[in-house]
Amino acid sequence: MPVNEREREEVLELLGENARYSIADLARFTDLSEEEIEAAIEELEDSGAIRGYQAIVDPSRVGTEQVRARVELNVTLDRETGYEDIARRLAGFSEVQSLRLVSGDYDFALDIEADSMDRVSRFVSEKVARLPEITQTVTHYVMDTYKDRGIEMGEGSDDDRLSVSP
Amino acid sequence: MKIADRVERVPPSGIRRFFELATEAEDVISLGVGEPDFATPWSAREAAIASLERGRTSYTSNRGLPELRDAIARREREKRDLSYDPDEETLVTAGASEAIDLAFRALVDPGDRVAIAQPSYVCYPPGAIFAGGEVLDVPTRAAEDFTLTYEALEASGGADAAVLVLCYPNNPTGATMSESELAPIAEFCREHDLAVISDEIYADLTYDREHASIATLPGMRERTIVINGFSKAYAMTGLRLGYALAPPEASAAMTRVHQYAMLSAPTTAQHAAIDALRNCEEDVREMRAQYDRRRQFVLARFAEMGIECFEATGAFYVFPEVPGGDSETFAEALLEEAGVAAVPGSVFGEGGAGHLRVSYATGLADLREALDRIEAFLD
Repeated sequence: MPVNEREREEVLELLGENARYSIADLARFTDLSEEEIEAAIEELEDSGAIRGYQAIVDPSRVGTEQVRARVELNVTLDRETGYEDIARRLAGFSEVQSLRLVSGDYDFALDIEADSMDRVSRFVSEKVARLPEITQTVTHYVMDTYKDRGIEMGEGSDDDRLSVSP
Repeated sequence: MKIADRVERVPPSGIRRFFELATEAEDVISLGVGEPDFATPWSAREAAIASLERGRTSYTSNRGLPELRDAIARREREKRDLSYDPDEETLVTAGASEAIDLAFRALVDPGDRVAIAQPSYVCYPPGAIFAGGEVLDVPTRAAEDFTLTYEALEASGGADAAVLVLCYPNNPTGATMSESELAPIAEFCREHDLAVISDEIYADLTYDREHASIATLPGMRERTIVINGFSKAYAMTGLRLGYALAPPEASAAMTRVHQYAMLSAPTTAQHAAIDALRNCEEDVREMRAQYDRRRQFVLARFAEMGIECFEATGAFYVFPEVPGGDSETFAEALLEEAGVAAVPGSVFGEGGAGHLRVSYATGLADLREALDRIEAFLD
């Protein structure tokens, strides 16, 4: 079943909001049938537009020992080595959760996750800093998380509206 | 103490009794709420806090802060083609509710008939009566998707009325009226010299189409008071901020009443509103998208249950027909047996009987659960 641009966008927006909406609900939210929704999702997955689905977790509520750090990297480029080459080498490490090329005082922003502070330190000093193109690293340990990918971690506010109002 | 007759004449709102029932019941999901479930966009709240920190807590000019009136006039012009002078034709009020009351007091003389399209929001008939007017019910019907028709106006004796009250998008039905549907109403008002109070508080919550204001139709600007506010679109109900757009004479008359009755609208809320107009358009869009999604969800669920429900295209209500036809009995049983509160349509005037006002200003998870409960209750 062919899927048009608008349908793809609509499905993508809904899944971006909550990837666990059921096919039946997605069809109710839109003027698409369940078959059309399924076709759109399949196409988005097959084309690589959707790379995966993950839960957004408040680390303070799961008693995890995971340590997170934001690492800023400066690099030098040469005739043979571009940003993509360096990015490929960094992205391969499972400790690297996200990797972005950014504008400003440094080149790459990495989010690192490991099961102890020592592991993070060793990973940065032994694996990252030793790459020949990397000229400087600055590591910031995450102390608390208040909001992640648009989701706030606090208690939220109670619904204090009157239960029935005109 | 002797209470004035015109106050004694108005019974307490039927919604009150239902509110008490719903409050007593346990584990209730409410689809009975007439206000957004979203908090006011943070940017506007932050501006309100900042205004308090700077000590901006004095009265403002009667009509409201000039900066706010400018911003209101600009948005209405750009968005809805409503062109009003910010100094002579714009009045900021304590909620759209105050603006409605002012409009009645400015337009209605004792004994004047006020035609009200029913079912409607509960404040219009009392407002008209408090101003000394006589209420003329004009029915709208499910068969016409709860739009007001020329024929209904004529048949109810609208020709003798001084004022017509319109509320589209409508509370409680969720109905909207397009320009072509408003045109005959405008014609009727011109023919029989009716003034119009057009409550457009839900204008920004119009789905699948653009909102149409009767004030933009030929010959209508000079006989219409447009009322709007920040409560619904910007989720600012508790901040109590509305406004009225009206030709100079009517605006001056309303301002005169407002000057003595209210002096000025809440200053903190005015600061929040300036920020809302400047920075919160994206929030409005996002909230509307959420409401629209829920609207389609609720309509789809009622269709699956085989419940008759016309396709509401505005506000955050749908108005399904009640099996058996007695909305009060149904609503009470639904509350007691299924733990779902929704307001019986009869509360909103005779024309609402046989229907239920279902508000989807409720998070999707609760909405889903409530509809599952309704489905189980019907089986």
